[in-house]
Amino acid sequence: CGATCLHAPWQRCWNEEGVPVSEDTQQQIIRETFHLVSKRDENVCNFLEGGLLIGGSDNKLIYRHYATLYFVFCVDSSESELGILDLIQVFVETLDKCFENVCELDLIFHVDKVHNILAEMVMGGMVLETNMNEIVTQIDAQNKLEKSETFIFQSPRQDR
Amino acid sequence: MIQTEASCCRIIFGMGKGKSKEAEIKRINKELANIRSKFKGDKALDGYSKKKYVCKLLFIFLLGHDIDFGHMEAVNLLSSNRYTEKQIGYLFISVLVNSNSELIRLINNAIKNDLASRNPTFMGLALHCIANVGSREMAEAFAGEIPKILVAGDTMDSVKQSAALCLLRLYRTSPDLVPMGDWTSRVVHLLNDQHLGVVTAATSLITTLAQKNPEEFKTSVSLAVSRLSRIVTSASTDLQDYTYYFVPAPWLSVKLLRLLQCYPPPEDPAVRGRLTECLETILNKAQEPPKSKKVQHSNAKNAVLFEAISLIIHHDSEPNLLVRACNQLGQFLQHRETNLRYLALESMCTLASSEFSHEAVKTHIETVINALKTERDVSVRQRAVDLLYAMCDRSNAQQIVAEMLNYLETADYSIREEIVLKVAILAEKYAVDYTWYVDTILNLIRIAGDYVSEEVWYRVIQIVINRDDVQGYAAKTVFEALQAPACHENLVKVGGYILGEFGNLIAGDPRSSPLIQFNLLHSKFHLCSVPTRALLLSTYIKFVNLFPEIKTTIQDVLRSDSQLKNADVELQQRAVEYLRLSTIASTDILATVLEEMPPFPERESSILAKLKKKKGPGTVTDLEEIKKERSSDMNGSAEPASVNASAVSTPSPSADLLGLGAAPLTNSAPPPSSSGSLLVDVFSDSASAVAPLAPGSDDNFASPDLASSEVVSEEPADTVHDADELFHKFVCKNNGVLFENQLLQIGLKSEFRQNLGRMFIFYGNKTSTQFLNFTPTVICSDDLQPSLNLQTKPVDPTVDGGAQVQQVVNIECVSDFMEAPILNIQFRYGGTFQNLSVKLPITLNKFFQPTEMSSQDFFQRWKQLSNPKQEVQNIFKAKHPMDAEITKAKIIGFGSALLEEVDPNPANFVGAGIIHTKTTQIGCLLRLEPNLQAQMYRLTLRTSKEAVSQRLCELLSEQF
Repeated sequence: CGATCLHAPWQRCWNEEGVPVSEDTQQQIIRETFHLVSKRDENVCNFLEGGLLIGGSDNKLIYRHYATLYFVFCVDSSESELGILDLIQVFVETLDKCFENVCELDLIFHVDKVHNILAEMVMGGMVLETNMNEIVTQIDAQNKLEKSETFIFQSPRQDR
Repeated sequence: MIQTEASCCRIIFGMGKGKSKEAEIKRINKELANIRSKFKGDKALDGYSKKKYVCKLLFIFLLGHDIDFGHMEAVNLLSSNRYTEKQIGYLFISVLVNSNSELIRLINNAIKNDLASRNPTFMGLALHCIANVGSREMAEAFAGEIPKILVAGDTMDSVKQSAALCLLRLYRTSPDLVPMGDWTSRVVHLLNDQHLGVVTAATSLITTLAQKNPEEFKTSVSLAVSRLSRIVTSASTDLQDYTYYFVPAPWLSVKLLRLLQCYPPPEDPAVRGRLTECLETILNKAQEPPKSKKVQHSNAKNAVLFEAISLIIHHDSEPNLLVRACNQLGQFLQHRETNLRYLALESMCTLASSEFSHEAVKTHIETVINALKTERDVSVRQRAVDLLYAMCDRSNAQQIVAEMLNYLETADYSIREEIVLKVAILAEKYAVDYTWYVDTILNLIRIAGDYVSEEVWYRVIQIVINRDDVQGYAAKTVFEALQAPACHENLVKVGGYILGEFGNLIAGDPRSSPLIQFNLLHSKFHLCSVPTRALLLSTYIKFVNLFPEIKTTIQDVLRSDSQLKNADVELQQRAVEYLRLSTIASTDILATVLEEMPPFPERESSILAKLKKKKGPGTVTDLEEIKKERSSDMNGSAEPASVNASAVSTPSPSADLLGLGAAPLTNSAPPPSSSGSLLVDVFSDSASAVAPLAPGSDDNFASPDLASSEVVSEEPADTVHDADELFHKFVCKNNGVLFENQLLQIGLKSEFRQNLGRMFIFYGNKTSTQFLNFTPTVICSDDLQPSLNLQTKPVDPTVDGGAQVQQVVNIECVSDFMEAPILNIQFRYGGTFQNLSVKLPITLNKFFQPTEMSSQDFFQRWKQLSNPKQEVQNIFKAKHPMDAEITKAKIIGFGSALLEEVDPNPANFVGAGIIHTKTTQIGCLLRLEPNLQAQMYRLTLRTSKEAVSQRLCELLSEQF
């Protein structure tokens, strides 16, 4: 599955196909996706047939709407639709745990962390881990590593 | 890290405020220059600074600017021992893939070191990088290494997970580079792993691998079933962390159910029983009250349920489960959750194609129609249309087509064309009454004319031309439809063509006299586009032939300046040539040239091809090939134009016209290639169009007249039956005893090669008395005669007691045929006259040449022959014990090649061959799917010709 993740109003497109998509195409995908998703009513279904941009009719957009944020995944037919909806929920719950009451600003200022969290769940476009505790443990371990290293290199800096 | 972040954010937001593009570029360029000077500077940068600048470059790249340096610094970061530096290095490499081979060597080296480091964090970063890049180079370097990491006993769980997915990614990009080997069996055993995350990743990997190498991973079935069973039956607290809103390990369950969909139902009854139990439990749980009100709970539960239903549909073997699945989906159809309605419609679509549940699905027709009318979401309505299409059969076609037409009036523009195609296909496929078909298509043009593609209106014309019972009605209906003040151009085209061919059928009615017809059409002329006008001009010249009384009126129109001096070359040429033709040609010549179109040869409906094309990119390549084939067809068959043309031997000036006159559409062909592909039908092998074979006529060997002339003294009924059974024995073999009673034994020996064959018939006198006036005759019915040439020599009229005489039959297959010839034998035995008839086992399959082909070729051809008319399927009870070896022998005896390792399911048999006849060669593909438990077979035949598929299917079905 290729995962395209998009947040509104701030949007980010992570190309999981491994092929760098040109900036223009990326922006176009995001614009079109946003256009498609944002005009949908509250109580319609969360699946959208793929347009040509996202790789044809084998692919589907699956999204969830949280207050002002949309989380959109683009998946192929090898994934269960409801499973992906749950995966988005796990993603959001994990963000919530890592940032303590996540809000849009967290996502804007900590793009790298969001990316790391997503990387723990999805790897090369494939679902890696779905257990929230496992993900949070990994992220905490990374944070610890980072902190210890920050500490190490800050001392020589002060010498300078 | 945090610092870097902050400075990057400054870049970003600095730009955000800068507003203008130039300011942004200026800022970026300044920053780039700064970084460049740092990298080039004399002072070696420390790890921190390197990381900082690489990180900045990365952000600048993500903002959409080209980065052409910094790769080397990023690669240096890879060999750092600091996690944060390494991480940025890997991120940079993953995002800015570089094809510089020297760099790749360095990167691969760094990755190798990290993979060997035994540091799980570093190994994880390296595996992530391989998976994210996923290039062929990566696969070449690491495809051998990763399986080792995956199955090593001391690998950490998190690394195993990453390794499994990394391998999966490499297998998807370059399957040829991932070697199968000892590790495969050990990967299968990961399904037993303690850590559910590992099991989930391994299941994803195995599912993909098993699709290509089913044999290699066969053992995964029983392991997957037992794992699933443990999850499904566990109390929700057993799996602790992997319980999600009271549902035990939903993702893993879904993955396991997907894996099982790569295989047929397990053969081991114990495993099978356990799986059935699991599926039943899942279905039961759906009926239990929810353990939580949260939507996450029901989502997860239903994700598993839908996957279980998919598996049940895939197995297609347990009627009980299928019906339960159908009922469950029926409940969901009315669920208040839109997602569930959507998924239920989608699943039901596949369920509708199963023999066991088609009827059950049909019971939901009202709900589905209602969904079409009331559903607010276009995605859901689209699914409803799909389902209606899938559940349609002869019994409900009229209702479904009517509903679809209804819906079409208000349908979203995005799906109109597809609905139009679907309606057109259903109307054609299930038309009992072709007047209904004509009405439906005209309605279609009326409601959604813009969305009616050329294929659709071509098809209606083909059908009207081929079916003379509907021609008068069609003429009348289009005439009436054309009365509307504003009618769609497509209607004018259909109207023009049909009235040009069959306007005479309604000309008797004074309300639709020739002149009125002509004036009606001509009133639309000026509003139409050039191709339509060209078509109308052809109609006019046809009118000249049909209605000599309005010839002058038409000539006047053709002679007018707006025609003769038309700026469009095509129109002008037509007007000039038609006018000339109408003036100089005699009535006889006109009548021949402008004769009614000959019937079109039965071909795949081009509408179906079009629908397939719309439906998926997967089939596009096939279609393009078909197109290519067709266009070559067109070139190849341009010269035999049509029978009428060659019949006329007028000198050259009109020879050119003849082509036009005989086939008005050819020159008017509007430019797009799609039209060309269809028009081919007009010409290509119209000469070889096969006269329809009398259906079912082969089986009426026991028809009254023959039965009565059966063997005189003995129980005739019994003999017929015996003979029939013996006849079927010969389908798969060439030698043996064809008939035996107390007097006479008939033995056969035959050989076939391509479209020729020779058969030796041995008549043995079992009595001690002479047979007198012994006259065996081989009879071909009238239908059979043109297709099969048989030559026999008469035999000696006296057969001594205990003696045997031999007769040779030389056989030539001219074209495909249904019936078998009949061998009639008359003689006098003692005082009584004996007369008996048996079917001679010369069957179509005797002219098979086996064809070996690879799995890929087979499925490609299989797809190309996916028109419902090319496929014939039969599901039947096994008459003999179901032994794979015997089955194989029979398929080979049938004449086709038996293709091993082609079907993903090893229990199935597939075969391929070519039927050779004198006139054509017909490629045939067959697939036989045994179902041991139900003691049933499903046999599918696909050939380019419906009659051939049908006949071969009948013949082969009798064999098992």
